[in-house]
Amino acid sequence: MATNNNILVIDDEAQIRRLLEISLNLNGYKISEASTAREGIVMAATHNPALILLDLGLPDEDGLSVLGKLREWYLNPIIILSVRNSEEDIIKALDNGANDYLTKPFRTGELLARIRTALRLSQDKTGGGSLLSFGPLAIDLAGHIVKKNNNLLKLTSTEFSLLALMARNSGKVLTHQYLLKEVWGHSYSDQTQYLRVYVAQLRKKIEDYPTHPTIIITEPGIGYRFGE
Amino acid sequence: MNDYNNIRPNPDELLASIKLEEDQNKKGKLKIFFGMCAGVGKTFSMLESAHIDQSNGKDIVIGFVETHNRPDTNELLKGFEIIPLKVVEYKGTKLKDADTEAIITRKPDLVLIDELAHTNVPGSLHLKRYQDVLDILDIGIDVYTTLNVQHLESRTDTVSQITGIVVRETVPDEVFEKADEIELVDITPEELLQRFDDGKVYTPDQSKEAIHNFFKKGNITALREMSLRIVADRVDTQLREYMHKNRIRGPWKSGLRLMTVIGPSPHSEKILRWAKNLSYSMGATLLSLYVESTKKLSPSQQDQLNKNINLARHLGIEFITTSGNDIVRSILDIGQKENITHIIVGKPRRWNLISYFRLGNFVNRLIKYSGNIDVYVVGSDQGEDNQYMKYFRLPSFTSGYSHYSLSALFTILTAVIFYPLKDIIGYQAVAFGLLFTVSILALFVGIGPILVSASLSALLWDFFFLPPPFTLHVDRIEDILMLIMYFIIALIGGVMTSRVRKQEKLTRERELRTSALYQLTKELSITSSIDEVIRTSVKYIKKYSRLDSTIILQGGNNVLDKLLRPENSLTLSDPELSIAEWSFQHSREAGRFTDTLPSTEFTFYPLIGSKLRLGVVVIKQEKTLSGDEKAFWDAYRTQISNALEREFLNDIARRASILDESDKLYKSLFNSISHELRIPVATIMGASDTLLSGEFDKGTSMHLHVEINKASERLNRLIDNLLNMSRLESGRITPKLDWHDVHDLANKVIEVLKKELERFNLEVSIPDDVPLVKIDFGLMEHVLHNLVLNATQYSKPGTTIRIKMYYDHQSFIIQVMDRGPGFPQDELKNVFNKFYRLEGSISGGTGLGLSIVKGFVQAHNGNVTIENRKNGGSIITVKIPTEIPDLNQILL
Repeated sequence: MATNNNILVIDDEAQIRRLLEISLNLNGYKISEASTAREGIVMAATHNPALILLDLGLPDEDGLSVLGKLREWYLNPIIILSVRNSEEDIIKALDNGANDYLTKPFRTGELLARIRTALRLSQDKTGGGSLLSFGPLAIDLAGHIVKKNNNLLKLTSTEFSLLALMARNSGKVLTHQYLLKEVWGHSYSDQTQYLRVYVAQLRKKIEDYPTHPTIIITEPGIGYRFGE
Repeated sequence: MNDYNNIRPNPDELLASIKLEEDQNKKGKLKIFFGMCAGVGKTFSMLESAHIDQSNGKDIVIGFVETHNRPDTNELLKGFEIIPLKVVEYKGTKLKDADTEAIITRKPDLVLIDELAHTNVPGSLHLKRYQDVLDILDIGIDVYTTLNVQHLESRTDTVSQITGIVVRETVPDEVFEKADEIELVDITPEELLQRFDDGKVYTPDQSKEAIHNFFKKGNITALREMSLRIVADRVDTQLREYMHKNRIRGPWKSGLRLMTVIGPSPHSEKILRWAKNLSYSMGATLLSLYVESTKKLSPSQQDQLNKNINLARHLGIEFITTSGNDIVRSILDIGQKENITHIIVGKPRRWNLISYFRLGNFVNRLIKYSGNIDVYVVGSDQGEDNQYMKYFRLPSFTSGYSHYSLSALFTILTAVIFYPLKDIIGYQAVAFGLLFTVSILALFVGIGPILVSASLSALLWDFFFLPPPFTLHVDRIEDILMLIMYFIIALIGGVMTSRVRKQEKLTRERELRTSALYQLTKELSITSSIDEVIRTSVKYIKKYSRLDSTIILQGGNNVLDKLLRPENSLTLSDPELSIAEWSFQHSREAGRFTDTLPSTEFTFYPLIGSKLRLGVVVIKQEKTLSGDEKAFWDAYRTQISNALEREFLNDIARRASILDESDKLYKSLFNSISHELRIPVATIMGASDTLLSGEFDKGTSMHLHVEINKASERLNRLIDNLLNMSRLESGRITPKLDWHDVHDLANKVIEVLKKELERFNLEVSIPDDVPLVKIDFGLMEHVLHNLVLNATQYSKPGTTIRIKMYYDHQSFIIQVMDRGPGFPQDELKNVFNKFYRLEGSISGGTGLGLSIVKGFVQAHNGNVTIENRKNGGSIITVKIPTEIPDLNQILL
């Protein structure tokens, strides 16, 4: 199957679209553009892109509502673009089907990294064995074994659940609520302190420099990203 | 020299008369149709006059016209719009009266209101109709009204003497004198009597007999003369004022020079006016003289004297003072010196024994030594209280029953004690014993009980001690004498002692009030806020008058606030609040014991400063204030008003200076922003232009790209800062507090500032036991970002920048330390102000960074401080109160 490297950019700002076109083309992606929500939905349906970059601040329709509409049938990754200080919107989008986010102005490097991750994760859904490795870290999902530099790490079951969840979604941002719900349960979705403490514990165990983590990255106000 | 002074108008007077004219132009004009009594045709003339005005185009309404159903008068009513009377319910009956509010709302050019002296029905705004008329004039509406001579306050006594009818409704002379036009409606007494016989004259409120006594030719003639004279006086005054204002030289060619002697009595006013008129008709110049003697004046006398002096000035009479013990000699000395040809002095109305002796002596001596100076002795037709009478006024009896019984008891007790001793010491000595008791009692009780005690002791002495005993009859002549003497002595002694006591009590009270006033003034002078002023004032009013009070301040737009301060002092209902509003608007007192809206339980006094109207003070009075009390209360109010005004003005000045400051800041912001925005934009433009032109080499290309990148980062930062600043300004910063790992905070910032921090030695110290803090991550990230960025911008490369975070008793502390130049000691407190930039700092910032830090930290209820470090550099400390998570609960 030929890799679909079509990316649909839905953004009302012509300058942004132009910029994205240039950077993405340079990196081997083909892009199609839409400047309104309506156009975007139509183009998503006709072009079936591998990934959609969706601006939340579209003029004719609220970004979240567009997201909802797309997610009724579109299964590929959607990365949302938003302005700074709108964490609420970002979290809502992430919890409602968006895979990742970027805040404007964004660095091209980050953009490409997120696109890469999102595509990888989506194309990797079929496979994905239970053995994951990230640098010195080796995780056996099935056997519940974690090794760092081949030394066995002792993790509590909660710690492991957390680590596993993050590792399975490496590169993708996971919201606090999502992590809390998945690991602790629905009623814990606002008990951020649990998450913080356990992430701190995990970091102590798996990071070379726990205070300067490189594996578990904090996305402030949003959640965590298991690094790549 | 004196002539010249008399012609040239006093500048103060000119100003006053100009102001008067101005005021008069704004106010409505009052025309009074004046007559000697009822039935002369005032209402008729008024209506006739109004018709003429109406045909000249004036908008006229009728406020209140009493026609008494006389057909000719009724005829004249036709053609005018009549404002319906308002109906007031009073004790079950419906009463009708003029509707002032409707008149004011209607705002005609002119309104006709009959019977200026009428007393309003109870429940009206004012007690008297003339007060309503004054209100109407204030608005700018002209008024025609009618008045009889008997209604003038200064003439009521005389009228009742002439006619035997007591007049109850009066109008102050002021109102009459300030009227713009007085038209005398005059008919001959014969005509009037004819009308009366014809039944055309209506006189309410009088019995048939009284009316019959009234309408006698002699009475009417006297009244006519009085009214004629009043109007003539007025004409004279107007003429004089006119001549004075227009600097017309009077008929001062005769070389006669008059001098009046004025003193601290109301009589002097009359003399001054009379003398002024005389000077005109004689063509003489006029001086007035006051001789100061060593005898001290009472405050009311001082007051009156000042009034007299002001009147003299007002009338344009030159005023001299001199001093001397012998008044007659002083007068004559000045008389000689000033070449006076006629001296004018006054005499009191009532002649009694004492005044005869004193004054008669004075006048006699004056005449005796006057030489060739003529002396006029002028009487007064106004009643005057002879001050000598005051000494013989009967005392008031106000003591309670207990005092009476106590004094009786003690007197009897004394008699009982002395009874067994009477043979040893003799009955004469017993008298002294009783006298002693009476005197001692006088120290404690009032006049009534003293009288009782004195009489009782005299009787007891007579009955039990004077031979023959057990009878009231006295044998010996010397004993009778003694008894009489005893009684007189007891009486006088008692009364005198009691009076002294009373006087002393008054003095003590006055001293107390004065010291209270002093205390109030002292405390008010050091208060520093409006609330404090109010609290202090209310406290003092309670302390010294034992009255509950509250103050209502102006709430802006010249309307009273709704708020009472202090809050729980008194409660006022809505109608009472509107009385307060009235008092404020009209700058007059209202409420109980005043003559405006007296049927409420509170009294309202306006607080007026020298420039502003400040509000109203409300007290719950139990009785009318005595003259003394009123004086103190006025002084209190003045103090309170001054203090409030001072605070108001301070506030205004403060706000003005803040406005000034913020104006300056905005200007500086504007300049700063445009500057800061242009630089990176210029860089980007320039670099990209060059890149587009294609004329560059590889190395330059890289360089240019870097420049563009850096410039755009700079722009981004600036925009962030501006956005944050405006968020802070708009008050929309509500921190979203959540648990965060402090390491995340540090790492994020370090990550973002990686490039800047490259050149420095970064140390981060976060103890292990600081895992979680409850903060708004976004805000605190900004805080730390700005602090660290600052450090990188001002420190020399290679130096150490240190970030420290830790817990300290429920507070979370962040510290950023650098080895930069530090801040000048005296600037430390200004560092967090908007746009503060250090001298010679590199451009690239707007000075907003640190003020954003302060704003965000304060949004967390924390604070931020800066200090210089001992070995150079500065340390900024952020302290935020925060919860500590219960980790044990989490880590099960």
